[in-house]
Amino acid sequence: MKIGRRSFLSFVIGGVAGTAITPLPWKLMDDSSIWSQNWPWTPVPPDGEYSQVNSVCTLCPGGCGITVRKVDDRVVKIEGMKGHPINDGGLCLMGLSGLQLLYGPTRVKTPLKRVGKRGEGKWEKISWDEAISEVTKKLADIRSNGESHAVGSIVDSESGTVPNLFKRFLTAYGSPNFMTVPSIQDSYGMTLQLMQGVSAQAGFDAENADFILSFGSGIIDGWGSPVRMFKANSAWKANGKKVVQIEPRLSNTAAKSDKWIPIKPGTEAALALGLANVIITNSLDSKKISQSTGFDSFKKLVQNEYSTDKVSKITGITSATIVSLAKNFARASKPLAICGKGQGSIPGSLNEFMAVHALNALVGNINKDGGVWAVTETDYIKWPKPEMDSIAENGMQKERIDGAGSEYPHTKSLLNRLAEVINSGDGSLEALFVSGANPLYSMPDSKAIKNAFDNVPFIISFSSYMDETASNADLILPNHVYLERYEDVPTLAGLSKPIVGLARPVVKPQFNTKHVGDVVMLIAKALGGGMADAFPWESYEACLKETLGVKWDVLVEKGFEFNGDKCMLEGDFNFYPEAMKSLSDFSPVSVEGSAISYPLILIPYDSIRLANGYIGDPPFAIKAVEDTVLKGKTACVEINPKTGKELGLTEGRYAFLHTPRGKAKVKVHLYEGIMPGIVALPRGLGHTAYDKYLAGKGCNFNELIGPAEDPVSGLDAAWGIRARLTKV
Amino acid sequence: MKEEGKHKKAKKYGMVINLDECTGCGACMVACMAENNVPFKEDESSKLDSIAWMRVYKLTNGKSYPEADICYLPRPCMHCEGDHGHSPCVSVCPATATDYNHETGIVSQIYTRCFGCRYCMAACPYHARYFNWWDPVWPEGSTKYLSPNVSPRMRGVVEKCSFCFHRYQLAMDKAYLEGRTELEEDEYQTSCTQACPAGAITFGDLNNPEHKVHQLAKPDNKHGGRPGNPNVFRLLERLGTNPKVYYMSSREWVRQAGDNYLDNEDFAKNYRH
Repeated sequence: MKIGRRSFLSFVIGGVAGTAITPLPWKLMDDSSIWSQNWPWTPVPPDGEYSQVNSVCTLCPGGCGITVRKVDDRVVKIEGMKGHPINDGGLCLMGLSGLQLLYGPTRVKTPLKRVGKRGEGKWEKISWDEAISEVTKKLADIRSNGESHAVGSIVDSESGTVPNLFKRFLTAYGSPNFMTVPSIQDSYGMTLQLMQGVSAQAGFDAENADFILSFGSGIIDGWGSPVRMFKANSAWKANGKKVVQIEPRLSNTAAKSDKWIPIKPGTEAALALGLANVIITNSLDSKKISQSTGFDSFKKLVQNEYSTDKVSKITGITSATIVSLAKNFARASKPLAICGKGQGSIPGSLNEFMAVHALNALVGNINKDGGVWAVTETDYIKWPKPEMDSIAENGMQKERIDGAGSEYPHTKSLLNRLAEVINSGDGSLEALFVSGANPLYSMPDSKAIKNAFDNVPFIISFSSYMDETASNADLILPNHVYLERYEDVPTLAGLSKPIVGLARPVVKPQFNTKHVGDVVMLIAKALGGGMADAFPWESYEACLKETLGVKWDVLVEKGFEFNGDKCMLEGDFNFYPEAMKSLSDFSPVSVEGSAISYPLILIPYDSIRLANGYIGDPPFAIKAVEDTVLKGKTACVEINPKTGKELGLTEGRYAFLHTPRGKAKVKVHLYEGIMPGIVALPRGLGHTAYDKYLAGKGCNFNELIGPAEDPVSGLDAAWGIRARLTKV
Repeated sequence: MKEEGKHKKAKKYGMVINLDECTGCGACMVACMAENNVPFKEDESSKLDSIAWMRVYKLTNGKSYPEADICYLPRPCMHCEGDHGHSPCVSVCPATATDYNHETGIVSQIYTRCFGCRYCMAACPYHARYFNWWDPVWPEGSTKYLSPNVSPRMRGVVEKCSFCFHRYQLAMDKAYLEGRTELEEDEYQTSCTQACPAGAITFGDLNNPEHKVHQLAKPDNKHGGRPGNPNVFRLLERLGTNPKVYYMSSREWVRQAGDNYLDNEDFAKNYRH
């Protein structure tokens, strides 16, 4: 048969049409998709025996009680513990996604020793014995060289047995360099020290207050003990109590308050003193308080320097608003003023804390229902002082590397100064322990911190997760996560009744990890001599049981116990401590950068959906982040549409955000809830470590800002930095 | 008479969400994901395909600084009653994969029946339904936390909030074992209700005058459960879907945001709560 052009074309066209029309390919495609849909890759969770265990969440300092649901030996859900004094059944989204940290891909599964360059991610799996002898060898060398004071530790807090084991270890070893992660608790502690002469923490009887004046505190954005504050906020709503929020951005807290008063950032102290002036001038202050020490000087200060008009100019708030705010505050029956911006992870300016505290004193709510109580934790840790040999004695007499106790006599720890001291060559560390902290991510000026850490020859991380600090360490000795271990969890976090909870293993350790308390003891025992004698306990669990004494049984049974006292005023209130003198000529904490090259001001904002400390967002939490905060791999900055118009930036445009410390690519989100001229960036993004669900998303605020030392406390008081936005 | 006795027994589970108390913290979203084995993927910032049975929306009042205001609005499945159980999604499902349960008022989703035509998604005015474009992938070891009470879904099916129906089943099982046929109010609560740190969500039987949801919403059953409380509204009330999720707000602009109004329409006059 001859194949002509015509028959060829009919054949091809007929073939194509036939193939398209025949149901066969479609049927095959359909069948294969149905067939592959039933492949066993969709897991079927096995059923089993159901049980519940009560414990404590340690993901933030909030101290919520949790009830963990189990099926056989699997943990399937974390819920808030009913009847717990802090959270009574409620729980935040971090606590709820805790199982993704337990079973998730970010766990460090076994001790690791670095083999490549630092931060390169090349590790060798080693045994616990090898790991401990590695540390012991290094520490013994450093000690025998008489350099014991050049060993430091960075720990999440200063209370509880684990931090105290570290402290004890360093004392017996001979180093004063026990550093803790800073927060507003440091500033509040110092304020109470200076103004009330007590060594205590501020406890807020928020539930009973009826007029809450918040100087930028993120009441429902994670400030204090988050779930407790959420509950207090709902109670205020239900009972018609008033909340006034002062901050430059319409945060969730501001949106839920009864009145949002935008203020020029950094001028909060001036407003507090301006309010004090109105209160005193109108004789609205508590009569008793005018007998207090320094009241006359304080009165003179606010009347001479903080007249309503002047404060209005400084803060950008109208005089009428200032006057009516002051009057409403003073006339409320249980007014309460609080401060510490956002979640309170930046200690802030001490002047601001003192000014706000003076405001509380003026209306007579110190140590009153609905007011601020000076509370102290019951110290149940009654270990005998460790025997110190001559090396230890010598080492402990050296000054701390961060200048706490010497340059800044009232401050206990100044982690924010560590980078600068090391980088400028004023001090050095030979070895550094990091536990429950991720300073490479969470401290301002990440670049400087990284430099400083590069100059520390030996870094040991106890992190359970491959976080930024762990990935830059030389040795990782992974701790159990909180659901696998015993630990006492003392909680202050602004509670008027501090409590202690007991975290307990709800599931057996999933990997080859060890309790950090046990590891510290093992190292001490391996070092021998006085070091070994300082830790007479067989294990951490034995130590915890012995330390808690009678409390142990209560904690095992109930899960928590009240653990604090309200301390009564000793002496009287000092309105005008020496440290306040600098307020006679008010200038806001200066922001870095020149106004000419950086016309905007960048401020951070905190969201309860973004964890910004040691813990990074688990997959569920990052999933809950809005697409106006994070889109793809880019973080969004909020600017006022007016600012956007001036810069020619529209919604969703990419832009570069420059500050004197760094540069980042961001997306623009136009938001009417922010003061023109201000750029706001969320904290908690821009991780380089952890898993693919978190790493590489957005930019880290700490890479764009540097610390600013408070002149009195030495703590970080930086609230923002100058910035510029340019089109991409 | 017999009919009436039957009706008395029927439950109508529903929710009242207090938007004054809701802080937008997102705990309800995560509580739901953790309870219902909701999958996640590397990038969840495209919210169109990000499966969230409960999603918290951010509303703005549209005013300029400093008059701007925001409000959060958590959106589970509304479990619309429609007209006698003809909720929008149920009416269109060709596979009977979604069904209105007259005993509880809960709209179900049966994954093994669903063949992924997504008519229900098109019909749902609340975007409460999500399609599994991919098979779920849990990172190594993470399948350990999956709950046996809820089956993980496969690619090609639609999923949505079930008012934690498995919790209802477990509670009923327990009640039967104890010789009861009725549940106490606190015996059956959804995961989001329980977790909400602000206590903004109330859940219960709208037909039971003793339940808090009934007292808050004051539903008018003659008119599809329309709320009797002037501060309470439902989303897209005028569509007649008769949802069983009620919202409560003291702010007028928030209540107004619950439905679409023409520019020249008088809200006060036409507001149906």
